[in-house]
Amino acid sequence: MENNAFYVALSLLLNFDAPLYQIVALSLQVSLFAVLIAAVLGFPLGAAVALWRFRGRGGVIVVLNALMGLPPVVAGLVVYLLLSRAGPLGEWGLLFTPGAMVIAQVVLVLPILAALSRQKVEEMLDEYRDQFVSLGMSRARMMPTLLWDARFALLTVLLAGFGRASAEVGAVMMVGGNIAGVTRVMTTSIVLETGKGNLPLALGLGIVLLTLVMLINAGAYLVGEFSRRRTG
Amino acid sequence: MNKTLNLVLAGVTSLGLAFSAHAEDYITLASTTSTENSGLFDSILPKFKADTGIDVRVVAVGTGQAFEIARRGDADSLLVHDTAGEKRFVENGYASERAGVMYNDFVLIGPADDPANISEADSAAEAFAAIAKAEAPFASRGDDSGTNRAELRLWKSAGIEPSGDWYRELGSGMGATLNTAAAMDAYVMSDRATWVAFKNPQNLELLYSGDKAMFNQYGSLLLSEEKHPDLKHDLARQWHNWLISKDGQQAIADFKVDGQQLFFPNAK
Repeated sequence: MENNAFYVALSLLLNFDAPLYQIVALSLQVSLFAVLIAAVLGFPLGAAVALWRFRGRGGVIVVLNALMGLPPVVAGLVVYLLLSRAGPLGEWGLLFTPGAMVIAQVVLVLPILAALSRQKVEEMLDEYRDQFVSLGMSRARMMPTLLWDARFALLTVLLAGFGRASAEVGAVMMVGGNIAGVTRVMTTSIVLETGKGNLPLALGLGIVLLTLVMLINAGAYLVGEFSRRRTG
Repeated sequence: MNKTLNLVLAGVTSLGLAFSAHAEDYITLASTTSTENSGLFDSILPKFKADTGIDVRVVAVGTGQAFEIARRGDADSLLVHDTAGEKRFVENGYASERAGVMYNDFVLIGPADDPANISEADSAAEAFAAIAKAEAPFASRGDDSGTNRAELRLWKSAGIEPSGDWYRELGSGMGATLNTAAAMDAYVMSDRATWVAFKNPQNLELLYSGDKAMFNQYGSLLLSEEKHPDLKHDLARQWHNWLISKDGQQAIADFKVDGQQLFFPNAK
């Protein structure tokens, strides 16, 4: 039985394994915080690119789209070099802390939120354009309206960002260091247990992670459906 | 939307707590995957904390990367296993002091049927030569770790430049390399601690060990105060001194997996 990953996953969850809960909590904190920061920066950025016409706009869109595919380990390396004591932001002393992991995940998630919200807002703008023109609205005024009316689509975008953040391992491993009790999250634990040859435990942790992501998605779906029905 | 907002706010608040909860004394130690994967730190760090109140945050990487982390000033202390590299590190001024802490040995692992017949070898050089002659698959760390550096020295002492299809450089940590070797029935050199603690051996067995050339010494380094004045040198010195103290040495000797001692203290 101990060699069955589902059994391991279940017993981890049911026995309230304290280190596991700490790891799960940190994974959630880091990824949710990163997605929140990325949303605060990324949604207005995406909407701005959708609304304004400026030189090099095509280039910005291509770069944002391309950065959606930024390999996590590259993001990790860049953030590592920035936060290293020998790097430009070394004085912050953030390397090998949860803060560094948040920054690395923001770098990964921001392009996804900006690029996808740019697309959604642009679609919505086409729909609303005549109305906006008849109201004589400025672009800056359009932005909150468009973002609010695109909120259900943006919720899905947010989930895509959260998925990217909670699933990646290369960046958090490099800038967090997988320190037990400090920067160890679900994905880095899975790498560690695999390295120990503890494959059932590694897979068990994987199942726990998947269950968690599933719950968050289900929660977001329900919230979305509920408010959609209320607002009609 | 309120629910999500609350959840996010809860996340933010608790992250703030997570930051402040660790305001106590701690040092960051750059060390090797072999010490971490074997479980040594889980065993000795609580004893050090009980003695001094200092938390040690271990970043476990290959020895090459550990040197790089320390060179950049991203760790307060260093515990690695590449004596030649450690001495160079001191000579180059990145570390002010080095002390031998403990040792174990490297072992040669391979498929149980032992196609290169290394279990009969009389020396490490002979075993390595037999693997090369049989062109039996060999999984090398290939990551500039202490184990990788030791392996390359052993090939050299056998007079062999390993290359060809049978020699596979994986660029992975010790555990990942053992997993891969198990999957492709390859020979592999491991430190004894990681091997004994490893739980996925499949068809692999310990086939050769015991040559003095496969001695594996671990050393602790105090980093240069001149190069990195901002590091926690006082706390790092307490850690360094504890490792080579009677208590620290005893804690290392007390660490056992399945009743087997994996690290042997030898501080002078």
